[in-house]
Amino acid sequence: MRYLPLTNTDRQAMLAVIGAKSIDDLFVDVPAEAQLAGPIAGLPNHASEMAVERHFSDLARKNMAASHHPFFLGCGAYKHHVPASVDHIIQRGEFLTAYTPYQPEIAQGTLQMLFEFQTQVARLFGCDVANASMYDGSTACWEAIGMAGRITKRHKAILSSGLHPHYVSVARTMAKYTGDNLDTALPTLTPTTDSARLLDAIDGETSCVVVQYPDILGRIEDLSAIAAKAHEHGALLIAVVTEPVALGAIKAPGEMGADIVVGEGQSLGVGLQFGGPYVGLFACKEKFVRQMPGRLCGETVDAEGKRGFVLTLSTREQHIRREKATSNICTNSGLCALAFSIHMTLLGEKGLRGLAQVNHALAVQAADRLTQISGVELVNDSFFNEFTLRLPKEARPVVRALADKKVLGGVSLGRLYPNTTDLENGLVVAVTETSSAEDIESFATALQEILS
Amino acid sequence: MSALNQSGWKPEMGPSGDSKPATFTGNRALMLEEALIFEIGTTDTTGVDLPEVGGVASRLGGLERNRTIGLPGLSEPETVRHYTRLSRQNYAIDLGFFPLGSCTMKHNPRLNEKVARMAGFADVHPLQPVETVQGALAVINELAVWLIKLTGMYGVAMTPKAGAHGELCGILAIKAALEARGDPRSVILVPESAHGTNPATAAFAGFSVENIPATSEGRVDLDALKARLGPDVAGVMITNPNTCGLFERDMKAISDAVHAAGGYVYCDGANFNAIVGRVRPGDLGIDAMHINLHKTFSTPHGGGGPGSGPVVMSEALSPYGPLPFTERHADGRYSLVEEETVGERHPHSFGRMTAFHGQMGMFTRALSYILSHGADGLRQVAEDAVLNANYILHGLKDSLDAPFAHSGPCMHEALFSDNGLADGFTTLDIAKGLIDEGYHPMTVYFPLVVHGAMLIEPTETESKATLDQFIGAMRSVVARAKAGDPSLKSAPHHAPRRRLDETLAARKPVLVWREPDVAVAAE
Repeated sequence: MRYLPLTNTDRQAMLAVIGAKSIDDLFVDVPAEAQLAGPIAGLPNHASEMAVERHFSDLARKNMAASHHPFFLGCGAYKHHVPASVDHIIQRGEFLTAYTPYQPEIAQGTLQMLFEFQTQVARLFGCDVANASMYDGSTACWEAIGMAGRITKRHKAILSSGLHPHYVSVARTMAKYTGDNLDTALPTLTPTTDSARLLDAIDGETSCVVVQYPDILGRIEDLSAIAAKAHEHGALLIAVVTEPVALGAIKAPGEMGADIVVGEGQSLGVGLQFGGPYVGLFACKEKFVRQMPGRLCGETVDAEGKRGFVLTLSTREQHIRREKATSNICTNSGLCALAFSIHMTLLGEKGLRGLAQVNHALAVQAADRLTQISGVELVNDSFFNEFTLRLPKEARPVVRALADKKVLGGVSLGRLYPNTTDLENGLVVAVTETSSAEDIESFATALQEILS
Repeated sequence: MSALNQSGWKPEMGPSGDSKPATFTGNRALMLEEALIFEIGTTDTTGVDLPEVGGVASRLGGLERNRTIGLPGLSEPETVRHYTRLSRQNYAIDLGFFPLGSCTMKHNPRLNEKVARMAGFADVHPLQPVETVQGALAVINELAVWLIKLTGMYGVAMTPKAGAHGELCGILAIKAALEARGDPRSVILVPESAHGTNPATAAFAGFSVENIPATSEGRVDLDALKARLGPDVAGVMITNPNTCGLFERDMKAISDAVHAAGGYVYCDGANFNAIVGRVRPGDLGIDAMHINLHKTFSTPHGGGGPGSGPVVMSEALSPYGPLPFTERHADGRYSLVEEETVGERHPHSFGRMTAFHGQMGMFTRALSYILSHGADGLRQVAEDAVLNANYILHGLKDSLDAPFAHSGPCMHEALFSDNGLADGFTTLDIAKGLIDEGYHPMTVYFPLVVHGAMLIEPTETESKATLDQFIGAMRSVVARAKAGDPSLKSAPHHAPRRRLDETLAARKPVLVWREPDVAVAAE
């Protein structure tokens, strides 16, 4: 077996050194009735590299890959061009095959990268500090709700109707066990979000208000008034960003008063990957840092006075604090954080702003083109690279029909909000720099054919 | 005479010891210092070219970002060099032996990387119509079947994103099962030797956590456990093999006792590598166990993730597992069970744990590894992992104190204490001495049940020659610690950094880079 260096001669020699007659002697503590006599029946034996690769090639061909077709899906996962050097660097064994940097003297590469990542995320979000990553945006979101509960000692969280429904589902799952009460609502196909509902609901019992920016339908609204009202009542504003590229064009939530900003970092460096692994972004005001979940990297000096980096404030964490930890998270998304950080370094502020501009311009062009189709209306007044169309019929079968025409044409609200008649004609369309003018035209043509 | 240097030139030998001439750059040949991107990049530099698009009237709702963000950019060559230089300050499996106990740092096959990057897996969106992702769903299903058969369990939840997330999944399923029968049990029992994630997870789910004592052998005290069981105990969380590196011989009896008392058994599967293909947890009465694909099944640790923690479940707990999951139909098609259809087919699910379908990129890698080994190869994995660990235990037990060497063979990892080192010398000194010898240290100060614990897990992907050299190096470092060699107290001497001041980092946290104070700099 190609991954196992021991030869049978080695094995015999080693058993002899140990004083064991056979390998079975080393498993004596396993009760005989629990030991399997041989390889588990009904499973294949080992396979060559070539055979395994062929198996995966066959399965991969059964999927419609985003890059092979006109592609317009978003809703929490976005297709962006990832520069070739990103994937090259993250495959360097020194990054790929390292562990969590528990021994900082020989992990400065990972630690310095995390320090840079934390700074990039904090600046992008307009916050003071950021952590070294979470699993993904949805888990970062519920960790933020939990953190707000610890800070305010209150348990009423008001969720915007524009928050991704899967993020709401995750928060709902966790709230059952943490005792948080979630005030939720369904979105409506209107140009504005339900910020009026949020403002009304904030009171002295509120721990936090959670607002997605841009929201699930792509709408962009100023968070300042919600932040002010929340702060007036001693509550926190949590902003959720599922498309970080947007922040190259629109104000950062931190600038508008958000106390905690979380997000999904998949857009930069990571790729679609059918939903994971992604990278959760988590930033907040400095005064809340000791209530943050997850790993933090900090600057220090070594015994010779040289600058270096270590994991720090670990008294918040499970391996020290056990049942009193701020979170049970251990492994996070280190390599995806690296990919995010490299992509951000390649872009720089100039590139990020340029990328955002391209995304917005193409989205505007696509919205204008698609709404030329009879019966198709644009829901949004404002949007970045994602907007919602109201179709003259149920959108979900339309999406399937588009796929038959080899166009991956957005996410139907019927998929996200099943059995909700008011939303079933909604189609959320994302347009990034990877969408060409020809792609937009193919989409429009196919949509027109299906609707006519 | 040297065959290589025929010029007659002789290198000048500097003074012995540590005093090497300083360099202008601060670099030392291949050991290169690297500044932060904030110190070398600028906000108007970029390493990407963007497509030209025509201008449009902004529809951003009047929220244009006008202030400087402060994100430095580098050109592509500078970017590649920055990260390549950083990478060289990292230790990694690809470089050498990485015996970090409980972390299973085995070789990460590159075939796994190749298949995960096939466009049909890497470049598909989680919300595409299911008809367009049949191959991706087939991978998830195929891996699920393997995990179920390897563990002898009934079902598997594939979405948890890492081990601790898997623990949460299992504990929430237990909580949901108890609620379904209206049973308000509130206590989870956890052995003292458990990973920190276990009590943190149980506490998150609203359980109170109580410790179960261990016997002098390093195993769960069955009598003490039985004595504590009662109508308030929701279940136990047990790691098997445990973190002392021992198989819990009484596992079946523990499970039976817990079940008889109305509780559930959660097994922390972090150490599954010791038994994969030889023992099925399902045969030991386990109700739920997470599997760290980034440990047993070789997906890369990536400097701290991403991981993946599918949870296999018993028939009793499976109905309560999370959404979404894949379903295979008689005609070979796959579908996804999500919120939409849950009412009819999975009414007791505790809900969703993450936005999408779990760590697809880890599923492809793990399945690639599993198919490469097959049922026979995986059994060999466990056997070689256990053999390697026992070889190390045998090679070190007369040098270092092995508190449980009398308890029988170890499984995949060997545990030592700091007993017998010279006054003032600690496990940390041994760890730092190993760094100078070119190794990543073992896990230190865990488990908590052993003073100055050193937990060594070699894995099956190390050769006998590697183990022999490591044993020699370890004996040498231990001898220095026993003799009180002062140079060991200041190790590492040869790493990119000397010991780092962690107290300073925690006392005055500097978590982001800030521009040096301009006013001060101008003075």
